[in-house]
Amino acid sequence: MSTSTAEPTSTSAAPADKSSNGAPRRDGYEPNMVLATQTFDVVGTRPVRHDGADKVTGRALYGADLALAGTLHGAILRSPHAHARIRSIDTSRAEQMDGVHAVVTADDLPEAEDKLVDVGEGDTRLSYVHGNVLAKGKVLYQGHAVAGVAARNQHVALEAANAIVVDYEPLPSYMTAPEAMAPDAELLHSDLRMKEFGEQTDKPSNVAEHFHWTAGDVAEGFAASDVVVERTFDTSTVHQGYIEPHNVTALWNHDGRLHIWCSTQGAFVVRDVTSKILEVPVSNIKVTPMEIGGGFGGKIPVYMEPVAALLSRKTGRPVKIVMSREDVFTGTGPTPGSHSRVKVGASADGKIQAMEATLAYEAGAYPGSFVAPGGMCVFAAYDCANLSVDCYDVVVNKPSSAAYRAPGATQAAFAAEQVIDEIASKLGLDPVDFRLRNAAKEGTRRADGPKFRRIGCEEVLQAVRDHPHYAAPLTGPNQGRGVAVGFWFNVGLESSCTLNVNTDGTVHLVEGSTDIGGTRTSIAMQAAEVLGIAAEEILPEVVDTDSVGFTSVTGGSRTTFATGWAAHDAAQKIVAEMRARAAKLWSVEADQVQHAKGVYSSNGNSIAFRDLAAMSSKTGGPVSATATVKPRGVGGSFSANIVDVEVDPETGKVEILRFTAVQDVGKAVHPSYVEGQMQGGSVQGIGWALNEEYFMGADGTMKNSSLLDYRMPTTLDLPMIDTCIVEVANPGHPFGVRGVGEANIVPPPAAIANAIHRAVGARMQRLPMSPPAVWAEVAGS
Amino acid sequence: MHWIDYYRPSTLEACLEAFAKHGASARALAGGTDLLVQMRAGRLANNVVVDVKAVPELNEIRYEPGIGLTLGAAVPCYRIYGDPTVQREYPALIDSVSMIGGTQIQGRASVGGNLCNASPSADAVPPLIALGATCRVASVAGEREIPVEDFCTAPGTNALGEREVLVSLNLPAPSPDSGACYLRFIPRNEMDIAVAGAGVSVRLANGCFDSGRVALAAVAATPLLVPEAGAALGGQPGGRAAIAAAAAAAKAAARPISDMRGTAEYRGNLCEVLTRRALEKAVERAGGTLG
Amino acid sequence: MQSIHVRTTINGQAAEFLCEPRQSLLEVLRDVLRLTGTKEGCNDGNCGACTVEMDGRIVPACLVLGAEAEGADILTIEGIAEGSALHELQNAFLEGAALQCGVCTPGFIVASKSLLESNPDPSEEEIRFWLANNLCRCTGYDKIVRSVQAAAGKMQQETTS
Repeated sequence: MSTSTAEPTSTSAAPADKSSNGAPRRDGYEPNMVLATQTFDVVGTRPVRHDGADKVTGRALYGADLALAGTLHGAILRSPHAHARIRSIDTSRAEQMDGVHAVVTADDLPEAEDKLVDVGEGDTRLSYVHGNVLAKGKVLYQGHAVAGVAARNQHVALEAANAIVVDYEPLPSYMTAPEAMAPDAELLHSDLRMKEFGEQTDKPSNVAEHFHWTAGDVAEGFAASDVVVERTFDTSTVHQGYIEPHNVTALWNHDGRLHIWCSTQGAFVVRDVTSKILEVPVSNIKVTPMEIGGGFGGKIPVYMEPVAALLSRKTGRPVKIVMSREDVFTGTGPTPGSHSRVKVGASADGKIQAMEATLAYEAGAYPGSFVAPGGMCVFAAYDCANLSVDCYDVVVNKPSSAAYRAPGATQAAFAAEQVIDEIASKLGLDPVDFRLRNAAKEGTRRADGPKFRRIGCEEVLQAVRDHPHYAAPLTGPNQGRGVAVGFWFNVGLESSCTLNVNTDGTVHLVEGSTDIGGTRTSIAMQAAEVLGIAAEEILPEVVDTDSVGFTSVTGGSRTTFATGWAAHDAAQKIVAEMRARAAKLWSVEADQVQHAKGVYSSNGNSIAFRDLAAMSSKTGGPVSATATVKPRGVGGSFSANIVDVEVDPETGKVEILRFTAVQDVGKAVHPSYVEGQMQGGSVQGIGWALNEEYFMGADGTMKNSSLLDYRMPTTLDLPMIDTCIVEVANPGHPFGVRGVGEANIVPPPAAIANAIHRAVGARMQRLPMSPPAVWAEVAGS
Repeated sequence: MHWIDYYRPSTLEACLEAFAKHGASARALAGGTDLLVQMRAGRLANNVVVDVKAVPELNEIRYEPGIGLTLGAAVPCYRIYGDPTVQREYPALIDSVSMIGGTQIQGRASVGGNLCNASPSADAVPPLIALGATCRVASVAGEREIPVEDFCTAPGTNALGEREVLVSLNLPAPSPDSGACYLRFIPRNEMDIAVAGAGVSVRLANGCFDSGRVALAAVAATPLLVPEAGAALGGQPGGRAAIAAAAAAAKAAARPISDMRGTAEYRGNLCEVLTRRALEKAVERAGGTLG
Repeated sequence: MQSIHVRTTINGQAAEFLCEPRQSLLEVLRDVLRLTGTKEGCNDGNCGACTVEMDGRIVPACLVLGAEAEGADILTIEGIAEGSALHELQNAFLEGAALQCGVCTPGFIVASKSLLESNPDPSEEEIRFWLANNLCRCTGYDKIVRSVQAAAGKMQQETTS
C-alpha cells in the first residue's frame, strides 16, 4: 500500500467539489488560470471564432458533405490477413456487377521509383507510401488496401469490393517490436536493410533504424548514484480517434487537371505526395481542404486520394470514398506500441547522476515509428550530464503508424516519469521538488545534442508545486495523487499568408493551414494585433493549393506559431504600405508617419485604418501583402499534470477524481482555445492510460475495431479538466508563441500510473492500465 | 448493406403472416441497434425486415396489480424507465434499461430485442431471469410460453422457430418483501458491453432469505441462471454470510472465456464481486438489513 | 428493386422522399435531402454524431431506416436556430469555446437541447450521463459541459423574466 514519505500533505484547502457547476471550487481558486507575463490588445483575448456560426448550425462543409453532380461512390477492399503473399486478384465478377463503373488495383499505379518523398513531418521512401496506398505482391497488415471500386452508390461499391477474389498465402505475423526483432523472425520487407547510427548497413532486418545518442559517461554516473531504478515498460498501439472518418472526392478532369477535395491536415502534402505516386506534375493537381473533423497527426498521410483519382480517370466522373470506422481503425495510422527500458541513478542529495533508455517502437508495416522524437524527449525535462539513449524503429504487421500529438513522447514519458517518481520516493523527496532540483533550463543539453534556449520547465513545475490542487487533501481510501512532466519540441516548417485590405476597413486573410481547432482565429488575431484593428475585422479563409503559397501541415504545434507569424509579417507589410498611403495624403515622407493601434499620424494629422482603407483607390490602388516564413525560432513546450485517482481494488477500475493540466505555451493567443487544447490532449492521454488499445487476436487481426470496443473516454468517465497556462515567452516569436497542441498528451499516462501506485501500491508497467490489468497487479502485490 | 425489403404491419395477425411467409429470411426490427449493425457487417443474410413497432401487442406496457407486468417486446428502454409503475415495482429492470448503450441508443433499443439478440452479455436478460419472467411467443400456428432462462440457446441463437415472434415479456408481480438488482461491470462508465453482470432477486421472511435467484451475464455461452447461488440463500439468515456463499456459488458456476473484454480469471472474480454487491442492494430494496 | 415513398416532417416542414429500404435515415438526410449537418462518425450508434430527434426522442439516425420516418416528426441541427437567431445552446457553444473541429458539435447540440427540454436545470452529473452517447475527441468535454450549463442558466433566466 501507499507508504511513500513524499505524499503531499496539507490541510489548508477544502476538498474538491466534483459537481461545482462551473463555479470556482473554493475561495480564490479558478479552474482555468492564465499566468500571463505580457499583455497585448488582441492577442490574449477571447473572440468568437470566425467559422463558429457555420459549425454550430451544421452548415460547415466537411469532406463527406460534398456532392458533385454525377459523383460515383467508392469502396476499398482490405486485407483480412495480417501478413500474406497475394497470389492473384480476380476482379472480373466485381466489374460485371450492375452499377459498378471501375475497379483498380496496384497494377493501375505507376511503378514506384526508389526515391525519398516528404510526407508532411519528414521524408520516407516513395515505395513505402506507394505500397501502403494499394498493396503490391504482399499485404502487411489486416486492413491493408488491396483494391478500389467505383459504383452507383456505396452499397453497390461495398458489395462489389466483396466480390473481388484475392488468393492469399498467409505468412507468419509479428505484432510487437520484440517479436519482430527476434533473430528467427521472417522479414516483412525483403529489401529492408538496417540503418545504424546514421549509416546504411547491409544487415537484412525488421529493424529499420537504430539510433544511439550519448553524453558524458553513464557508467560513471551510475557509480556515483546512491539509488538506481531500472524497469521495463510496454505500451499498446492506440489510435488518434478523430470522429470524422477519412474521406476524399477526386475529379480527374478531361483537361488533364486533377482536383481533390479531402479531409487533411496538409493540402500541400496531399498534392505533393499524390503527384509523386501518380507521376503527375504538382501544377496539374489542385487540392481543396474541406473542413476537417479532427486529425491529431492521423490526417497527414495520404491513403485514398490516389485511388479515388485513378477511379475518376477510369470513369471520367467524380469519385467519392468515405472510410467506415473499421477502415479507420484497421487501415489508417495508429500510434506505435512500444517496449522500453529506463534506468536512472541519483545521489542522496537528490541530484540525478545518470539516465539511460532503450526504446523500441512499432513502426507498423513501413519504417517510421517516431521513436527518434521519443528519444529526443525521454529525458528532456532533466538537467543531467550523463545520458544514453538507444532507439529502434521496428516494422511489424500492424497499420503503418502515423503521428499522434507529440508523436513518440508519451510512450517515453510513461517509462521515464515512473522511474523518476520511484527514485523520488526512495530518496524521501517530494516528487515535484525532486523534479525541480533537476529541471532542465536554458543551456541544458538534450540527449540528442541541442542545448535549450529559454524554456519553461522550471516555471511549469513551480506552478504545479504552488497549485491549490497540489495542496488539497485526498478524501478517501484507495486514492492517490500522481504528477508527471512531459516535453515536446514543436516545429516551424513553412507557411504563407496573404492579406487583402477591403475599402470598408476589413481585411481578408488568405491562408493554407487547415483549421482543426480555431486557428483561423488565432492567426487572424496576430494580424489584427499588428494592424491595430479588432479580430472580427479580419476575415480569414482557408483556401486550396492553387490560391495560396506553400504551407506545411497543421501539425507539430506549428500553425498558430508559424502561420500566425506569416500573418504578422504580412500585416507589418500592410502597415508599411498604409504609412506610405498616409504620407501621400499629407505630402510627407513615409518615415514621418507613425502608426499606433490602427491610427496613422504625422504632424498633427491623423487617420484611422478604416478611413485610410476607404481611400485606397485614391492613394494608389488596392492594398495587399503576402508573407512567407520558414521560422527558426521554435520554442519547445513543457507540460505537467496533477491527477487524483481512486482505485476499486476488487475490480481494478480507476476513476479520475481530479485533473489539472499545466503547460508553458509561450503566449496564449486565444486562451480559451489554448485551454481546449490542453483539456483535449489531457483526455486523450487519459484514454491512452486507462482503456485504449488495439486488441489483437492470435491471428494478428484487430478484435475491437469499433467505437464500442475501442474505448475512448465518454463525458461520464471524466471530471472537469482544470488548466493552468504558464507563459514563458518564446524569444524566437514576435508574440512569444511556442505552440500548444501536443505537449499536453505526454504526461497523463505516467501521472496516472504514479497516482495508482500511491493509491494501491501497484507499479503499472504496461498500458493500458485497464481494470483487468490493475486488478491483476493489485491482487498480485 | 445488401438489398432488403421492408414491411411495417400494424396488427399482430399481419405480423405473424409476414413471418409465416418469409420464415428464416425475415428479421424483426424494433430498435435496430443490433439488427442494422449486424446486417451492415454482413453477419446476417436476411433479406426481409419486418418493422414491429406498429403492432400494438409488441408496444404496450401494462401492469395489473397481483398479476404482473406485460412488457411488449419492442418497447424501447426510455419508455420503460420513464414509466412510474415500472420504476416502483421493478427497479432491477430500471437498473438494466438505463445502462444499455447511452441516451440515444435507449431511444431505440428494446428489452425484447436485447433478449432475441441472445448475446451472452445482454444486460436486460439477467434481471428478467432473476425476476422469473416468461416470454410470450406467437406464430400463425398458435402461442407458447418460454421461461426467459430457456430462451437463449447459444451466442446469437434463441429458441424462436422460423415463423415465431416474441410478442411480450411477462413479469410476475413482486411480493412486498422482495428486492432485486442488476449490476454489471464495464471499463467505462457508459457505452460499453458488460465484462460480467449479475441480476439477483431475493425474498425475505423473518430476517431470513426465503428464496433467491441469481443470473449472470457474459460468463457463459448464454445468460446463466445459477440455482446453486439461489440455494445458498434459501432459508439462511439474511446477512453477509449467506450472501458470500451465494457469491462464491456464482463464481463457481461461471464458465467464462478470455477475450478482449477480460480474462476468464478476472471474469470469475467479477461474478463474485457483482453478485455480492447486487445481493446487498437487493436486500436493501427489500427493506432488509445486512446485520 | 423498388424504392419506398416516405412522407414525413423535417424541422417543422412537410417533406417527402424516395429511398431504398436499406438506406438509413442518416443516409436519407445527408445524401437524399442534402441536410449534411447531421454527421456520420461510426455508423453503429456509438459516437452520437448523427443524433437527431424523432418524435420527441433523440436517436442515432444511423440506426433508423429511412422508411421508418414515415409519419414521423424529425428535428435535425438545421432546425435548431430560429430564423436568423441562434439557439442559446449554439451561442453558448461559441462563447464557451465548446467546439474545436466541430464535427461532433451538431450531435451534441441536438442532444443537449433535448436534455434541457426535459430537465431545464441539470447537474453536472446529469449532463455527463445524458451526453455519454456523444463522443468528442477534441475538447475533453469540459467546455461542452460548461456551455450546456451556461445555456441552461440563460434559458432559465429568459423563462423567469
